[in-house]
Amino acid sequence: MRRSYVRALGTVALAATLVVAAGCQDTGGGDGGTASGDCGGKIAIFGAFTGDNAGLVIPSLNGAKLAVKQFNEANPNCKVTMQEFDTQGDPAVATPFANQIAGDNSFLGVIGGHFSGESDATMPIYQAAGLAMVSPSATRSDLTQKGNTSFYRVVGNDSTQAGAVASYLKAQNAQKVFMVDDASAYGAGITDELGKQLGPLVVNKDKIQERQAQFDATISKIKSAKADFVFYGGYTREAAPLVKQMRAAGVQAKFVGPDGLYDPAFPKGASGGAEGAIITCPCLPPDKAGGTFSADYQKEYGIAPGSYGAEGFDGAKVYLDAFKDGKKTRADILAYVKAYDKQGVSKYIKFDSKGDVDPSKVVIWAYQIKGEAIEPLQELKLS
Amino acid sequence: MHFDELIGHLGQHTVDGLSKGAIYALIALGYTLVYGVLRLINFAHSEVFMVGTFAVLILWNQLGVENNPPVGQAILFLVLGLIVAAVASGGTALALERVAYRPLRRKNAPPLIFLITAIGLSLVFVELFGQVLPKLLGGVLPDVFGRPRQIVGMPTIIEQKTLFTIGNTGITNIQLIVFVAAVAMMALLDWFINRTRYGRGVRAVAQNPETAALMGVNQERVIMLIFVLGGIMAGAAALLWSMRFGFTQNSIGFVLGLKAFTAAVLGGIGNLRGALLGGLFLGIVEVYGATLFASNWEDVIAFVVLIVVLMFRPTGLLGESLGRARA
Amino acid sequence: MINKIRSADQRRVTLLTGIGDRWRALTKWQQALGLAAFVAILYYLPLLGIPGLTWLRTDSIQGGNNWAGVLFVCAIYVLVAIGLNVVVGLAGLLDLGYIGFFAIGAYSVALFGSVNSPVVKWIQQEFNLPPTWAVTWAICLFIAIVLTMISGVLLGWPTLRLRGDYLAIVTLGFGEIIRIVARNATGLTNGPVGISAIPGPEGAPSPDNKVFGLIDAKPWYWLAITFVLIMVFLVRRLEHSRVGRAWLAVREDEDAAAVMGVYPFKFKLWAFAIGAALGGLSGFLFGSRNAFIDPTQFNANLSILFVAMVVVGGSGNMIGVSLGAVLLAYLPERFRDFADYRWLVFGLAMVLVMILRPQGLVPSRRRARELSDRAAEAEEVPARV
Repeated sequence: MRRSYVRALGTVALAATLVVAAGCQDTGGGDGGTASGDCGGKIAIFGAFTGDNAGLVIPSLNGAKLAVKQFNEANPNCKVTMQEFDTQGDPAVATPFANQIAGDNSFLGVIGGHFSGESDATMPIYQAAGLAMVSPSATRSDLTQKGNTSFYRVVGNDSTQAGAVASYLKAQNAQKVFMVDDASAYGAGITDELGKQLGPLVVNKDKIQERQAQFDATISKIKSAKADFVFYGGYTREAAPLVKQMRAAGVQAKFVGPDGLYDPAFPKGASGGAEGAIITCPCLPPDKAGGTFSADYQKEYGIAPGSYGAEGFDGAKVYLDAFKDGKKTRADILAYVKAYDKQGVSKYIKFDSKGDVDPSKVVIWAYQIKGEAIEPLQELKLS
Repeated sequence: MHFDELIGHLGQHTVDGLSKGAIYALIALGYTLVYGVLRLINFAHSEVFMVGTFAVLILWNQLGVENNPPVGQAILFLVLGLIVAAVASGGTALALERVAYRPLRRKNAPPLIFLITAIGLSLVFVELFGQVLPKLLGGVLPDVFGRPRQIVGMPTIIEQKTLFTIGNTGITNIQLIVFVAAVAMMALLDWFINRTRYGRGVRAVAQNPETAALMGVNQERVIMLIFVLGGIMAGAAALLWSMRFGFTQNSIGFVLGLKAFTAAVLGGIGNLRGALLGGLFLGIVEVYGATLFASNWEDVIAFVVLIVVLMFRPTGLLGESLGRARA
Repeated sequence: MINKIRSADQRRVTLLTGIGDRWRALTKWQQALGLAAFVAILYYLPLLGIPGLTWLRTDSIQGGNNWAGVLFVCAIYVLVAIGLNVVVGLAGLLDLGYIGFFAIGAYSVALFGSVNSPVVKWIQQEFNLPPTWAVTWAICLFIAIVLTMISGVLLGWPTLRLRGDYLAIVTLGFGEIIRIVARNATGLTNGPVGISAIPGPEGAPSPDNKVFGLIDAKPWYWLAITFVLIMVFLVRRLEHSRVGRAWLAVREDEDAAAVMGVYPFKFKLWAFAIGAALGGLSGFLFGSRNAFIDPTQFNANLSILFVAMVVVGGSGNMIGVSLGAVLLAYLPERFRDFADYRWLVFGLAMVLVMILRPQGLVPSRRRARELSDRAAEAEEVPARV
């Protein structure tokens, strides 16, 4: 009997400790307050840094890291730190990160999201916190059409790119365009935009599914449509086998795809099948990118900046410029981003009222696959 | 709905479906053999196939095979590919049985435990080939002389050509090879199970394990044999796949495995000839369906076929039982 | 090595049984007090700041995730595990398509509660409602549960007559069908673009919401844990009722159960429907909290993760499966260096647990006995090996 009293007392004591602990503790997370010193601060970058699609996002992360590193070297008394948050591209993972970043007042700006889904999911949270978001690669058109006040992107949106593809196809005198997409938000989005702009030139279309590996039905449709161009909206994983099987089946139509294919794995995976394929990308050829970015990136990481490397750099640069100008609160930085007006390495950066890059400043390039290289072909006219 | 497209090129779609289904059928054999003898679904069999395709990929890259080699070399590469894929897949299947299934059988674990183990194994293999292998190798593997060789996509071994055309139906050399090779492999297996001493052992265990054991059949050896046989068939499928599609990924097994399983059930699981019939049937249904709707509904079509078959004829088209496959 | 693990495991089990026996030896009011303290700890967790324990928080590492947000995920995974445990652990039906019910629950609140959903837009148009109109959260909860129960029955009716392993594959197919339909039926679900502005208890997400605001995730955790506690209580009652005993009878020997007058099909269908409803409820909370869903969040890997939570934790035992859920949701967040290998680890964990310890970390007593019976049978009849 006595023992059970001891136990009961113990339980009560534990409960009491808990209550006390709850009363007198820091709610944790972050150190609160703004950065010390006259200059500098902390920004966050989030995106799919691991997982299936990390390959598309890593260059952007590296670009941003490079920008921060260069800045800190050049400005020893203006320290900027950047914290990485790996969402694996999953909106459900990005949401608690957004809570974390928004709730931690030491974060003054956000680079991301890298995909449209995670951007869409977290936009209201950052907006409520008054944090600016600068996305290097979320291209879905409707992201900026929802009346948001804190989302900016240093990349052209899907409809701009689709317009450029349409004008390219028209200039190539395309008569029968067959459109295929992977039914993903990105692939279907850009393909639908293109369909609208091409109108009667679209002879037929098909949708495939992610991780599909055999494309007989699609290829047979392309054949019977006698298409002269095939546009594929989607990513490398499906595009490489598709184009390879198309060529093996004797389809001669030219293959055109958007920036989702701007990935060295595409020509590699198609092993020869992708020869001559055209890839459009709202990204500058590395040697055209401003300043020494391309060389610096090459030096730092040992490879050429891939997709969105320059955009990642620019995204970070926007904030770095803000810090340099002595901005120290979220509101100041948001206002600074909104009014940003400078030459970046990927393009001239100036945002319109909705947060898109001023359409006249967007540059879209066509690249062509030669062997295993993606070689710049020409700059495209926007619609 | 694209009825005109389907009717207009019915022959073409049928041919496409047959050559697609032939690969399903080869993989389905692995499920059928194991199920016929042990009454359990070897869910990890899809990864046995996946390992086979990677073996072919690495082999061809190590040999430095270029696109469209001369015929003599092409045949050599294919034969080497078959050997390597069969060894890799057969070895993987055997390893699965030794490392995972045998301890479970010792404990007389219920079937669901086997299934969960198999799912776990499948996940392990997918991740090993997706995450660990590329990181370990960095996309580079030393060749036989120790020189680093970049792992790239698969070369095209045989250039696709239309051999002959009947009406508006073209049949390509690759489709013909895939189909003939698959049927030949299956005939070989059928002969092995039905006409040889080892095959008789397999049938005996499938019909009645206790009696077979009393009659002096070594059950353990039979079980190893069926895993190896299933693995070899998956290896053959991996080679045909590599030749036809020229690419592989760590994730190709999952959906393909489910479809092969569907094919096995469709034909009557445990029944070798049923696997062939089920595979071909599923291939055709899928191509028809993808043509009628759009290709992104293809998997739904396969799964719906599976559910419908299991509901109305769970023993499949030809009925189950490896033991009575001859009847 | 394996023997070492085994003996360590044995010590752990002895300890666990010891704790269990002591707990049962306590008097009623002591148990009640202990439970109250435990519940208090659960509610206190998101504030965790006791010196020496803060390293548990996921935001104590660089790039770590929001602690309350992670706890919320743990809580809904516990809910999932409890639901799946009814199907797998209690009734012995392996459901590999549980994500399907989770998705239906999430889509219920999205399709009926968000002004951005095609369904709500269609209703607005048909009935001349203002563009801000949408079904309220509480009614969405009801819709989610009803819809998932119906889909559970619809899936179970034709398939529950199948053998166990066939059932597993069919349910796997079902989960995939739900995902592919959600992705392809653009007119119904917005397809791959997903649905945003999914409401919470206070209506659509907005910075003006007082409790369930956009930045603080703690209220969401408290909401979820409340649901978990209610469901734990209800399922526990169910487990010890006639239905629960019928499930066990069906699981251990269907034919014997039938002979004894327990009609297996009926009880299996009940298990399926109740499990589905719990999956739907967790999906509902998930969708509602994230305020955004798209079909990529419901892929087949998650179904397998759910099964892993149940079998690793110890199927049949509610404490076990909850522990499994918490471990599998929490560990990858706390130890992010292994983020790339998390699926590899899950797979290995499943295999190892199944081979070395098929009853799971915290086994159900009955289940452990059943498995050791089978193993003993195997030893008696070596010919069957």
